Amino acid sequence: MASPLLSIRDLRTYFYTESGVAKAVDGVSFDIGAGETVGIVGESGCGKSVTALSILRLIQPPGRIEAGSRIDFEGKDLVTLPDEEMRNIRGNRISMIFQEPMSALNPVFTVGDQVAEVARIHAGIGRKKSWELAVETLALTGIPAPEERAKQYPHQLSGGMRQRVLIAMALIMKPALIIADEPTTALDVTIQAQILDLLVHLQKEFGTSILMITHDLGVIAETTSRVIVMYAGEIVEEASVTELFARPHHPYTEGLMHSMPHIGHDQERLNVIPGTVPSPTNWPHGCRFRERCPYSWDLPEREHPPLYDVGAGHTSRCHLAREPQRRNHPHEPLVVQEGVGAA
Amino acid sequence: MIRFIARRLGQAAVIVAIVAAITFALIHLAPGDPFSAVLDNPNVSEKVRETLRAQYGLDRPLPEQFVRYIGALARGEMGWSFSHDLPVREVLATALPNTLLLMGVALVASFALGIIVALVQVARRGSIIDNVLGAISLFFFSMPDFWLAILALLALTYWLPIFPVGGAVDPVMHEYLGLGGRIVDRLKHLVLPALTLTLLASASVARYQRAALLDVLPADYIRTARLKGLTEKEILRRHALRNALLPIITLIGLSFPALLTGAFFIERIFAWPGMGYAVVNAIGTRDYPLVVGGVIIGSIMVTLGSLLADLLYAWADPRLRSH
Ligand SMILES: Nc1ncnc2c1ncn2[C@@H]1O[C@H](COP(=O)(O)OP(=O)(O)OP(=O)(O)O)[C@@H](O)[C@H]1O
Ligand code: SF4
Ligand SMILES: [Mg+2]
Repeated sequence: MASPLLSIRDLRTYFYTESGVAKAVDGVSFDIGAGETVGIVGESGCGKSVTALSILRLIQPPGRIEAGSRIDFEGKDLVTLPDEEMRNIRGNRISMIFQEPMSALNPVFTVGDQVAEVARIHAGIGRKKSWELAVETLALTGIPAPEERAKQYPHQLSGGMRQRVLIAMALIMKPALIIADEPTTALDVTIQAQILDLLVHLQKEFGTSILMITHDLGVIAETTSRVIVMYAGEIVEEASVTELFARPHHPYTEGLMHSMPHIGHDQERLNVIPGTVPSPTNWPHGCRFRERCPYSWDLPEREHPPLYDVGAGHTSRCHLAREPQRRNHPHEPLVVQEGVGAA
Repeated sequence: MIRFIARRLGQAAVIVAIVAAITFALIHLAPGDPFSAVLDNPNVSEKVRETLRAQYGLDRPLPEQFVRYIGALARGEMGWSFSHDLPVREVLATALPNTLLLMGVALVASFALGIIVALVQVARRGSIIDNVLGAISLFFFSMPDFWLAILALLALTYWLPIFPVGGAVDPVMHEYLGLGGRIVDRLKHLVLPALTLTLLASASVARYQRAALLDVLPADYIRTARLKGLTEKEILRRHALRNALLPIITLIGLSFPALLTGAFFIERIFAWPGMGYAVVNAIGTRDYPLVVGGVIIGSIMVTLGSLLADLLYAWADPRLRSH
């Protein structure tokens, strides 16, 4: 296999807070190939956004990427790259789209100006040229009447339009990688589908790699080819999308799948994984999912599971790989029904 | 927008009228009047004073005096200044430009200085420079106006006699100077009072601006700016400052009264022939019409200042511009 576009090895990003060291990302390794769409899925607080921000080295104090972490991208180690070269990569070779289209745009500048700014920084072109490029890129994202829209301020646009502006901003330099951190969570359902379609379409058209971060397995199924499941600062499972949905291995992944609301099914109650994510300042020793896991026995308590190879490019951080027969004897149900689900 | 301005002007008129009424009442209720204080000449008999009082209407009941005064105001008259022996309007017309010059220079300079100091502090937040500048700001912030003025006066006219002691121009030489010389003479006289007022005002601007910048920095759009590959300096100057200036515009409106009272003190200490100097002297001589006239002009300045700040704010914030 040719060397991947992005290769992360043993990424550790810790926050030195007053209540202790929060090991938000704790030894994460994965690759993204050129033109590939990879998904990261996991519950709130498992370290998805911190992983994304670490790639762009945008972790603010008290957070820090620990020594020994490596992020190789286009032949450079982003962890040790000088600041100036890192700025050359941001918005240019790697760009990012956030969840909050509302607040991610500066309220006092026109949206066209904010998109054009990226080209002014990286393409070394003037106001007029960069404005024209911004309008072109806004058109690519399907914004109607882009010339007029470009002259408007963020508050004059709807949420979906603002997200398109952010996509244009991410796209204008034709980067090698776009990180989309929950790009549709803040939008309503029909707009969500449109934005996801747009991302998939642009990815196909320009061959850009996409790292799609979400807590929604539905989004993963629709947009990505490979998926990484994160739990408590670690990768707990990784496989191709078809493999993962066909044969989920890690009990956490199984739990996530069972708690997915099924569209079309008349679901009265929403299934949830019992218990809560442990605190990042104090991950449990042994298996971090142990306290919520229906299969737990003494081995997970003693020993932190490594990522086991469970076949077909599929890895899982679960001792069931060693003692698969235990899967037949859960002590309790994997998910509980709780609360009335959305209709 | 026009309706907004009209409404604000209406409110301003009401405020000015109330201030005028209160000042009028207060100064007339205080013991003494222009003729007991100024004409302390024993040769002037009580009878003459009575005649004078009657002549100027000071023997009438207070409400009647007030109504007459308002009537005169409506005709553009502000009464007669006993101490200057000139119409109040003329006294104030000579003094006002000097005050406006002093306040204008101090306003512009203090905001420029305060904003620059805050930018430097925030760019190096937590560093020694940030702390030292913060301590200096706090020093000037907590310093009483007159105390700083007297210190400046002592230091730069007595110990190090660089600047003239007071006045707006050299009382003797000014008339004989050419245009260039006159300008230099004016500037030399302006420096000390303007500097004092600037230092005092810029301290609060710097503190306020620093807080406003720090408030803005955690915003998502600042993270977006970092994502674009901008340097921290560019982010501060372009993305953060534009947003953090909005609360500072409000501060301009709010700082007007403080700047005006500060100017009053400072004019007095540097014998700067402005409104403050005139009004403070007028209080001493019980020159009621001049005091009330000065206060009215001052309150008009304050209300107009805050209206201008509001308009500036609406212009600077696109979210308000469209309404
Ligand atoms: N600025 C910070 N200071 C301290 N701890 C932080 C900070 N940012 C993140 N963390 C820690 O990192 C953990 C992971 O956060 P992260 O934002 O990556 O979660 P996430 O997986 O993106 O969740 P979500 O779905 O809610 O976005 C959090 O639980 C938090 O404890
Ligand atoms: S290692 Fe054990 S406790 Fe951990 S997830 Fe697997 S079965 Fe559950
Ligand atoms: Mg997140």
